[in-house]
Amino acid sequence: MSDDLREGRIVIVGASLAGLRAAETLREEGFTGSLTVVGDEPHPPYDRPPLTKQVLLGKAAATAVGLPMRRDPEAEWRLGVRASGLDTVEKQVLLADGESLPYDRLLIATGTRARPWPDAEQGALDGVFTVRTVDDAGRLAERLDAGPSRVLVIGGGFTGSEIASACRERGIEVTLTERGAAPLVGALGGVLSIFADRLQRHHGVDLRCGVTVTALRGDGHGRFTGAELSDGSQVEADIAVVALGAVRNTEWLADSGLAAGPRGVACDAGCRAFDMYGIVTDDVFVAGDVSRFPHPLYEYQMMSLEHWGNAVEQAKVAAHNMANPGPRRRPHLSVPTFWSSQFGLNIKSVGVPTFSDHLVIAQGSLEQGRLVAVYGYRGRITAAVTINMAKWLEYYRHLIETAAPFPPAPEAADRSAAASFPIHSDVPDPAVLSHGPTVTLTGHLPDRRLTRVWPTG
Amino acid sequence: MRIVVDLNRCQGYAQCVFFAPDLFELHGEEALLYDPAVPEERLEAVRQAAAACPVQAILVGEEVSSRVR
Amino acid sequence: MTTETLLERITDYASRPNPFPLYAELREAGGVARQTDGSYLVGTYDEINALLHNPRISSDRRNLTVPYSGVAEGEEQLPASFIRFDDPEHHRLRSIATRPFGPPHSAGRVAGMRDEIAEITEELIDAFRDRKRVDIVDDFAYPLPVTVICRLLGVPREDEPTFRQWSETIIEGVDIRAGEDPTERVRAGEQARTAMGRYLLDLAEQRRGNPGDDMLSAFVNEKDPAARLTSEELMGTAATLLVAGHETTVNLITNGMLTLLRHPDQLERLRREPDLMPRAVEELLRYEPPVQMLVQRTPLADVEVAGTTIPRGAPLVLVLASGNRDPQRFRDPDRFDPAREDNEHFGFGGGVHICYGAALARLEAQIALAALLRRLGSPRLVEDPPPYRSSAVLRGPRHLPVEFS
Repeated sequence: MSDDLREGRIVIVGASLAGLRAAETLREEGFTGSLTVVGDEPHPPYDRPPLTKQVLLGKAAATAVGLPMRRDPEAEWRLGVRASGLDTVEKQVLLADGESLPYDRLLIATGTRARPWPDAEQGALDGVFTVRTVDDAGRLAERLDAGPSRVLVIGGGFTGSEIASACRERGIEVTLTERGAAPLVGALGGVLSIFADRLQRHHGVDLRCGVTVTALRGDGHGRFTGAELSDGSQVEADIAVVALGAVRNTEWLADSGLAAGPRGVACDAGCRAFDMYGIVTDDVFVAGDVSRFPHPLYEYQMMSLEHWGNAVEQAKVAAHNMANPGPRRRPHLSVPTFWSSQFGLNIKSVGVPTFSDHLVIAQGSLEQGRLVAVYGYRGRITAAVTINMAKWLEYYRHLIETAAPFPPAPEAADRSAAASFPIHSDVPDPAVLSHGPTVTLTGHLPDRRLTRVWPTG
Repeated sequence: MRIVVDLNRCQGYAQCVFFAPDLFELHGEEALLYDPAVPEERLEAVRQAAAACPVQAILVGEEVSSRVR
Repeated sequence: MTTETLLERITDYASRPNPFPLYAELREAGGVARQTDGSYLVGTYDEINALLHNPRISSDRRNLTVPYSGVAEGEEQLPASFIRFDDPEHHRLRSIATRPFGPPHSAGRVAGMRDEIAEITEELIDAFRDRKRVDIVDDFAYPLPVTVICRLLGVPREDEPTFRQWSETIIEGVDIRAGEDPTERVRAGEQARTAMGRYLLDLAEQRRGNPGDDMLSAFVNEKDPAARLTSEELMGTAATLLVAGHETTVNLITNGMLTLLRHPDQLERLRREPDLMPRAVEELLRYEPPVQMLVQRTPLADVEVAGTTIPRGAPLVLVLASGNRDPQRFRDPDRFDPAREDNEHFGFGGGVHICYGAALARLEAQIALAALLRRLGSPRLVEDPPPYRSSAVLRGPRHLPVEFS
């Protein structure tokens, strides 16, 4: 049986980080059959995190971010062509150019795209950007080189904050708007968002929180000139960067019969896709940003992680399971991790900070600008965030994996007085944010009753 | 050749910066920035940097374009 | 024999040539072994790694519940350097010490010494001419890092006989020898540290307002008041850098040459593939680490390690060299494989206290071993095992006589 799985035809839809790492892993697992990777962008797989950092800082070219291979996956690369549909009965992927690719097993790794400005006409103004692709970042970097008078960043999530940081470092004036109370509040909760708020202001960002951009204005010749805000004020700027989060690329699966929608493609812990009846398939797998999967550390809620590390880990698990029979399959259990660098600080996270009710500053302090914040939910540790203290993070990962009690014992050598006092983590409802959260719990929340059964007469 | 650093693994030990300060940089005390494109003449330094990484977070390899027809 | 006497057996001089079976015994006993003196040895990879990253493990010996022997009440003491402090003080002092040495402020400093190190190396090997036999330690592996650290810090090379004596006494002071009262040894080590600190402070003061391109000059002429060291801090920091700058690298180079001579096939391979040298040095750091164990740690609270509770204040010994040979972590751990993948070793420790000079040590070892392989024709070991230095902590040959053609 396992020999069958090492042969045949595998198609991977999505030629980014998850697609590449899955393709490599398939070969490592001994898959010798034909392997085709489909990508809608014309570029071979590239790395996205540098786009909002090195590339916008002018320290690396947008064309320089191609991902290195761990090994040659000996795949046929079908780049610059979009998958337009999936026929799970005939087992073929339909391509936008009319061709169809038959498969024995399929991996869906189509990821996300930037959420566009809701008004298409305003969004089409020259000077309005989103940053998701190398082409986006390359064009924006070019505009930044030209020395704009002001950049408006719409949305204070990680992407928006990193872009604001890059602009400030280059001496460019920045206004950042965020509908929530402070930047990063959706990812890190209230306490660290206040820190981020002070940090941005300290670095000269004109920060406007609790407001939304109601309209982008043009000069009548199609050039962006400024924006109107919900508080009645106006911002004059040459460039607007729309950083409102991401949209999952699932439209092509609308008629596939899979459990695919705006929240992603649902799959089991072994990365096998569910169909729309909640029945697990055995030949369609999912990995990366587009997936939603149950995580045992977070009460088996379905979870979507727009994280580099999740794309890598889940792709490896999916590929392993595509090439191995049932009893040898592995679950995708890795603890979520991410990082961001902005305003000269290294922010790292393990676990899910938004899955929390309290937090405690276990090491360092807000004043020092170096700290470890530990998050808890109903008495157990669920996440930790370090700011310039990455060398300690591993310790907290272990506490999360072992469901250690929250708060952690306040015995670290560099604890401050605050280490003994848990405070509310103050995680807002995602609906109040400008930026889409990069971690989405798409299952039940344990403190909410989502369905009610009414007895009928 | 290209590099990618797994910044989830990276703990800011900065050994790569010591070995190839033209390609790796500490941004502040701990955040690592690097140029993903390695010029041929710096390949040796990058291999030293990758070998020296205490958490083995640096991947050096060919990019996929070399395999795309 | 039980694991309770492991520390005695490890520190026994007779074990110096090959302590690895004792480390295997430690791992097989569950990785944690309480010793009769109340200290705990930890020897498995995962447990060592967890403790290196555990914020409740202190490097400050004032947290030992048993007062650290050798330090009398009220005795004048040189302030500790960063290696004996915990954060936040450790972080402050180490950041200041790093300013003239490494990133972010001096990112190119070590890489910029490559040619100079190569030159010193070649000169030392030039002196082998007309000889058929050399001592790799006295003729090469000791003078090389001493010369490098002297130039880096700004210490006159000709003062080496003076500070060599201090350095040896300091190393004795931080050694562990089970079943022996260390009081005198530790006190002598502290006195030597103070003397070396005064000497270095004096050198630094001579450069106040008249800086050279050396680290002592940088320390004493620092403009940023937040990044200035007090005189006492400068003494402690500079003494640590001078000692650590050569006492460990000598072992890395010597252990490296010894290992290669014991594996002639790998030695030949490295001659054919010199690009492999950086990875070979990493493998040497795993296989024969210059620092075998970290001896000055203690828990700030009771901590559970592999099912054993180590009480607050107990002396904790992390046997890095044992973690490096843990078969649960490294495939075929007792095999020397210069091309080993996935080599996350503890050769320089780990966590916030990871070796300050790691990059310099790596560079020196890469250059030194490559030059020896290139220039020594058919080298042979004269004695195997060679005579070892006394220390079980900083373990390496005292002499390594080698014949060549």
